[in-house]
Amino acid sequence: MRIAVLSGKGGTGKTLVSVNLAAAAQDAVYIDCDVEEPNGHLFFKPQHVQEEEITSKVPVVDDTYCNGCRKCVDFCRFNALAYTNDRLIVFDEICHSCGGCVMLCPEKALTEQDKVIGKVQRGMSGSLKIHTGILNTGEASGVPIIKNLLAGIKDIPHSTVVIDCPPGSACIVMESIRDADYCLLVAEPTLFGVHNLAMVYDLVKLFDKPFGVVLNKCLEGENPAEVFCLDRDIKILSRIPFSNDLGLLTSNAEIAVRKDEKYKEVFSSLLDVVIKEVHCEATPHP
Amino acid sequence: MKIAIPVDEKDLGTNVCVSFGRAPYFLIYETETEESTFIDNSALTNPGGAGIKAAQIMVDNQVSALLTPRCGENASKVLQSAGIKIFKTTSASVKENIDASKDGTLPLLEDIHAGFHGHGGD
Repeated sequence: MRIAVLSGKGGTGKTLVSVNLAAAAQDAVYIDCDVEEPNGHLFFKPQHVQEEEITSKVPVVDDTYCNGCRKCVDFCRFNALAYTNDRLIVFDEICHSCGGCVMLCPEKALTEQDKVIGKVQRGMSGSLKIHTGILNTGEASGVPIIKNLLAGIKDIPHSTVVIDCPPGSACIVMESIRDADYCLLVAEPTLFGVHNLAMVYDLVKLFDKPFGVVLNKCLEGENPAEVFCLDRDIKILSRIPFSNDLGLLTSNAEIAVRKDEKYKEVFSSLLDVVIKEVHCEATPHP
Repeated sequence: MKIAIPVDEKDLGTNVCVSFGRAPYFLIYETETEESTFIDNSALTNPGGAGIKAAQIMVDNQVSALLTPRCGENASKVLQSAGIKIFKTTSASVKENIDASKDGTLPLLEDIHAGFHGHGGD
């Protein structure tokens, strides 16, 4: 079972929920797809870590063949190419590796070359498998790293896979939830939080994924994220209180379910609810 | 010689736009004939690399000098490769900057910023 944990906004509690959910499961794989700032490993402190470099393709021009037709420049919607002073300039860091320029070049002046954009680390934390994607600073897209991280996750049997997604609702998030059986949307009780919850809500609906909401940082009084859910009949699976002790545990890079029975109960029951939801979704409706 | 200025409106009374790559229009001013033309910045709504595209527009319009309050490193690379000089605007008024450029009192833009790559929405 593959559970993706996402939120439109950073700092909402994706990693808190993902890490504790994985830790509450007996046998789990935790995959950190937040490649621009992966921090699940700070909690799990994985051992026996193996590293793999991840590359993407960037175009390289051979000036002797380029005749300045500029088909590539006009084609690139990310503007990674410019033509001045009878010479093509390639901006690697802006390139999204679509390969279109190479395909279009009538003179075959462009070829693709591998460029290292980051790495994937795989290690163990007790019985848990911890996989972390790391994108090098300044690179355009973490999608190739996420593809590597999630390749083959459909073939992992009987295991709980928790996918800690990047914030937002752009390409890298879509890539992260693509093979998920269930999406957990983590929301915080602020107007900004609700705005961003609405973005991921639209995304999971677009992908036709079963989903539910975890309300994090719950306080007394009105919760705009809760109102958003109630207005739309969105299932609220768990309410995590805004508490000093949870904040303290987390800021000390402790995993709450391993330190406090109260939180073990919170995340174990969340896991149970998600498992039930997934099984319920898998049952064909008459 | 042709000079270019990023501007907010298609009007000579307009102000210099605070951004180069994301300016809605460019004013192209021919110093010999004192002729002004406005062109649309097709990079305005591009998801990324707007500075590069805007610089390409400067190159394609055979501009010799760009007067702008700011410029990123990628745009600057394209402009320098084409030999286009980058001057820093010293006031909001387009007219004052054109006059200062004619008088040769505009400073060269030296604080090229690192750009906002990836912050325009991917």
